[in-house]
Amino acid sequence: MRRAARLIVSLPAVLALVGARPKQLTGQATTNRPIVVASKPFGESYLLCEMFAQLLESRGYTVERKPGLGATEIAFRALRSGAIDVYPEYTGTGLVAVLHDSLSDSVAADARAVFSHVAREFEQRYGLRWLPPLGFQNTYAIAVTRKTADRYNLRTLSDLARESPHLTAGFTADFIGRSDGLVGLSRVYGIHPRGVRPLAPAVKYQALAAGAVDVIDGYSTDGLLAKYDLITLVDDRHFFPPYEAAALVRSDFARRQPGAIATLTLLSDKLDEMTMRRLNRRVEVDGADVKTVAADELTALGLVSAGTARYGQRETSSESAAGFASYLWGRRATLATLTVRHLELVAIALLAAVLIAIPLGLLLERGRAVAEPVIGGLGVLQTIPSIALLAFMIPLLGVGVVPALVALWLYALYPIARGTYSGVRDADPDAVAAAEALGTTPMQRLMWVRLPLAAPVIMAGVRTAAVITVGAATLAAFIGAGGLGEPIVAGLALADTRMILSGALPAALLALVVDGVLAIVERAVAPAHRRTALWRKR
Amino acid sequence: MPSSLVARNVFQRFGNVVALDDVSIDVAAGSATALVGESGSGKTTLLRCFNRLTEPERGEVLVGDRDVRGQDVIPLRRGIGYVQQHGGLIPHWRVLRNVALVPTLLSATDADAKAGDALELVGLPADQFGSRFPHELSGGQRQRVALARSVAAKPDVILLDEPFGALDAISRADLQTSFDQLRRQLNVTTLLVTHDLAEAARLADDVVVMRSGKIEQRGPMRRLVSAPATEYVARLIEQARASLEGLLA
Repeated sequence: MRRAARLIVSLPAVLALVGARPKQLTGQATTNRPIVVASKPFGESYLLCEMFAQLLESRGYTVERKPGLGATEIAFRALRSGAIDVYPEYTGTGLVAVLHDSLSDSVAADARAVFSHVAREFEQRYGLRWLPPLGFQNTYAIAVTRKTADRYNLRTLSDLARESPHLTAGFTADFIGRSDGLVGLSRVYGIHPRGVRPLAPAVKYQALAAGAVDVIDGYSTDGLLAKYDLITLVDDRHFFPPYEAAALVRSDFARRQPGAIATLTLLSDKLDEMTMRRLNRRVEVDGADVKTVAADELTALGLVSAGTARYGQRETSSESAAGFASYLWGRRATLATLTVRHLELVAIALLAAVLIAIPLGLLLERGRAVAEPVIGGLGVLQTIPSIALLAFMIPLLGVGVVPALVALWLYALYPIARGTYSGVRDADPDAVAAAEALGTTPMQRLMWVRLPLAAPVIMAGVRTAAVITVGAATLAAFIGAGGLGEPIVAGLALADTRMILSGALPAALLALVVDGVLAIVERAVAPAHRRTALWRKR
Repeated sequence: MPSSLVARNVFQRFGNVVALDDVSIDVAAGSATALVGESGSGKTTLLRCFNRLTEPERGEVLVGDRDVRGQDVIPLRRGIGYVQQHGGLIPHWRVLRNVALVPTLLSATDADAKAGDALELVGLPADQFGSRFPHELSGGQRQRVALARSVAAKPDVILLDEPFGALDAISRADLQTSFDQLRRQLNVTTLLVTHDLAEAARLADDVVVMRSGKIEQRGPMRRLVSAPATEYVARLIEQARASLEGLLA
């Protein structure tokens, strides 16, 4: 009662604070909805996203961050659907991966011409606006170790084409499939490696350094190129289009929030390639915190006054177990929040799945002719990779918690429906037949005989679904739903093993705990005669 | 007064197989009839017509002079005792609750007392066996419980489908004796399916020999032995002679 009273008293104050803050500072922010700033899942994109966010915050805007939201396809769809408002994109990517346009060689080689073309087409086709470029290009860089370069005498991509039958490539899945990636390289240069391994961005450089692959794709501003002393091969036929970085926003957002657009445009032409490589190196190689690096640079550029944007601590990169433990301890509050969010996602998806799949299983038992096709259909859903399923959700449901819940729910349906159907179908046929012959109604047979006997099988299905859901929920972070996947996604992008583990270990632990708790429930719902058998242990 | 059982010109097919081909039998109120024959002869199908587990395509089936088709199936079944080969006890219910099933369905206020009485009749006192689970009993005891369950609500008809078929010889003989006493004591009309001629001779007043959905011969076992109507009946009797001799002496 007292608490409620206090809430009511303080509510107007809170509202005043929330409503007034942007107005006081800028005089033009008109909505309480935060500006949603997102990025693709790699270090530079994180950094630019953070710089956008801090810059906007310094001018009084409320910002929601969705760093590492997803690759081009996901980020682009999220922007179009209005789920996010801005993310950093590259003109070359827009040209090739989104527009699928091919320009004449003279135009394609000219960065300004490409920018005008992409800007015009995006406005017309998608209602999206490219803000003026940030000042650097981040094109693809095909890299080899110094040793490989010396041994095969490699300097250009034409050299690589000559030697490619002797070399194994480790490329990101993205690069392998794109026409401005391996497909085009093979066509234009005749590059045909002996083998091509799809590698996650986080492990590419390690794989190259360890000699597991000979050639990798990177970005020309990658900090890791310098760390591993790699040779970038010259694009002597100008195959790669210009990749100028710029903020990409929705046109209607630009019209509604001219102040925010003006703020973001402050960064235009401020970041050159040298600067970007230095910043990336701090994040990727030195392990500095993205927020710190962003704040430092914004301060150095004079866009934010010193001291106003001070985030986080620079992190030490101790590799010892004690170092990891203290790292986890230092992040305990964050991890607790992420764990709670993770559990919320799992609990809601699982509960919804139980509420639908158990009645569905019972219904199918009554109509067995359609049972196998329906359950088989649910089974097919299981074979869709989680990341693909999450991507399908974006045009329908945007990004965030809702599409993640729907995807997790779809995954949980199969084991529960299957367990219910076969559990009820196979429940002691003699007992069911006798109960029928003695005058029980179908509902009585279900409630008295079949369901109690099927309970352990149903619970086994629920347990399986729960463990699957705990695992799949880590991928929800890719579409901005949060949870323990957040440090995993960020760690993958930043090649930070410790950060990956800080999400992966709690997630694994959570799976064990959830399974253990449900094992107790399973024992509790076991039919009476089995329970006694269990206690007595025969 | 127990009910009689009558089937007239009953015909039933499963796919292309004729299970009952124009079969007629009648069981006088309070008497016992055994249906014998090999697997697939149609004896179980005929038995199941009386509680509408099988709905024949043609013909009339009467219990206590009333056509079963005109009746609601649920109360019909609650009024007829039923025992199957594998007792079909509900495994997570204790013995007393299993036996109280039909009285409970009929909303009897003293369902547990009725179940206790029935258990007493089959030689399993409730205070000793009532709180056990089926899996804690022997096979013979489980069939006794199934028998108790079928008579707990005092039905005037009882249908038995190979009730002792899965038991060892000693349990089987014990149970046959118990059942014979029980049905006379309760004065219940009995229809029994068995492939064991000795069992039929011991428990039934009349025996019906079935083959391929038709009746080969019906009458007291004594008459079947002395005057088999068909060669099939004669062969059946010949095979079972050793076990029948003591009974008919």
